[in-house]
Amino acid sequence: MTFDYIVQQLINGISIGSIYALIALGYTMVYGIIKLINFAHGDVFFVGAYTGYFTAKAGLGLILSLIIAMAVCALLGVIIERLAYRPLRNAARIVILITAIGVSFLLENLGIVTLGAQAQGFPDIVNKSTYTLWGDVTIDSIQLIVLVVTVVLMAVLQYVVHRTKIGKAMRAVSFDMEAARLMGINVDTTISATFAIGSALAGAAGVVFAIMYPSVDPLMGVIPGLKAFVAAVLGGIGIIPGALVGGLLLGVVETGVQSIPGMSLWRDGVAFAILILILIFKPTGLFGKNVREKV
Amino acid sequence: MLSVKDINVYYGAIHALKGVSFEIKGGEIVTLIGANGAGKSTILKTISGLLKPKSGTIEFAGQPIHGKVAQEIVKRGMSHCPEGRRVFANMSVEENLELGAFLRNDKKGIAEDLESVYVRFPRLRERSKQMAGTLSGGEQQMLAMGRALMARPKLLLLDEPSMGLAPLLVREIFNIVQEINKSGTTVLLVEQNANMALSIAHRAYVIETGKIVLAGAAQELASSDEIKKAYLGG
Ligand SMILES: Nc1ncnc2c1ncn2[C@@H]1O[C@H](COP(=O)(O)OP(=O)(O)O)[C@@H](O)[C@H]1O
Ligand SMILES: [Mg+2]
Repeated sequence: MTFDYIVQQLINGISIGSIYALIALGYTMVYGIIKLINFAHGDVFFVGAYTGYFTAKAGLGLILSLIIAMAVCALLGVIIERLAYRPLRNAARIVILITAIGVSFLLENLGIVTLGAQAQGFPDIVNKSTYTLWGDVTIDSIQLIVLVVTVVLMAVLQYVVHRTKIGKAMRAVSFDMEAARLMGINVDTTISATFAIGSALAGAAGVVFAIMYPSVDPLMGVIPGLKAFVAAVLGGIGIIPGALVGGLLLGVVETGVQSIPGMSLWRDGVAFAILILILIFKPTGLFGKNVREKV
Repeated sequence: MLSVKDINVYYGAIHALKGVSFEIKGGEIVTLIGANGAGKSTILKTISGLLKPKSGTIEFAGQPIHGKVAQEIVKRGMSHCPEGRRVFANMSVEENLELGAFLRNDKKGIAEDLESVYVRFPRLRERSKQMAGTLSGGEQQMLAMGRALMARPKLLLLDEPSMGLAPLLVREIFNIVQEINKSGTTVLLVEQNANMALSIAHRAYVIETGKIVLAGAAQELASSDEIKKAYLGG
């Protein structure tokens, strides 16, 4: 195994890992604020992918497709929260968790009924070209797009969470909802904003994933959704930088395992092996503290 | 300034406040004293909109506020500094203070108030970039009070500011409460430390199992035998 080969696998791993990271952010932000594992999140991803599919077919370019998919998913996320989760805000956690699974099935089956179960090829909206970095190491235009989209969205997210009023409200509500109310923060609006942002990121991930693949189908969100969930747990659920690191790490490990001769079928198993290991040895994740500080 | 009339508050089946009435005039320090579990925090939470009374009315500055959400009540000029401080431990001291001014848009006024909080609590200025979770208990209490002041409240609700603090710090906190009041803020102070509370308050109400059982001028209550026996340790 040469150095070039390893670097190549690293590039491949980081690009798929970026997609996991984008999805994982939504899991972790929603968990951070209402302590819910939003199992419908992977299906928001598929809606994003389909939105991109339709806009691409309609002749819109990459940037517009991304923006529209993000907007549609943001809206979908807000609607899901408003209709399915908000009425259960004070219910037992298991009740909302089961509701989330129900919403997931609902979206998947609505997708199958209205869009068909058949996979559709994704239209070519980017010219696929491959650039040689050195020796045998290459990066293709789609991987570049994934990286650029991820970096830009991370920078925007970082800015929103740390510099804007709504971002500060989000951090306050996720730390202590009642104290946030006493500051005059509107908790409902803040939760809606969190769903909107997390879902928009999943929408963007859906589009770039579909371009990479390149096809869409209504169940396409299931496996990436589960893996992103693993990534979020790996990084420490509720912790934003954790989701990023967890996603990248999972992508790299998975690609690494796949690239070992004879191990390629283990690719999907890796994520779940990691989940089990992390739950046994460090359930709070890589970035998680063992105790939550509270006086 | 504040008039609470015959409120009843429940936690599920638990009847926590049973027809509580009292009032606060502008400029006063009024204290609510009572044993642990008497319902003091419940009263504050109901006034600030975290809990809804099942019946009864609350008027603030001449307007009914019962049934309004906390956000509305903050906007009208009331700050609630909760029991246990509840600072945002994952944010810096300065970010905590900024959150206190969440509903305000007057940048200049906010900057002025931030400065006056730092003048009142110099230790907060020294630690402005530090995470709130790393502060000592006394500093966290100061931060919680500073944060409440950042809303520029007409009425400040303080829930057990002396809880868990060393005697010297307790004295300091009470002095500051008095200063805040002198600079024009009306204060409703909840305390288990009845001695201290009565020493700085104008008037006091004694609460027992969800009912107000005694009311009067703070000095009178401080010298009444009944109070001495029940709350002042003899
Ligand atoms: N969230 C709650 N759920 C149920 N009962 C509560 C809750 N909070 C307070 N109580 C009960 O209401 C009563 C008054 O509590 P509280 O107002 O916190 O008392 P205090 O502040 O005077 O110590 C107590 O009996 C307490 O057990
Ligand atoms: Mg209390």
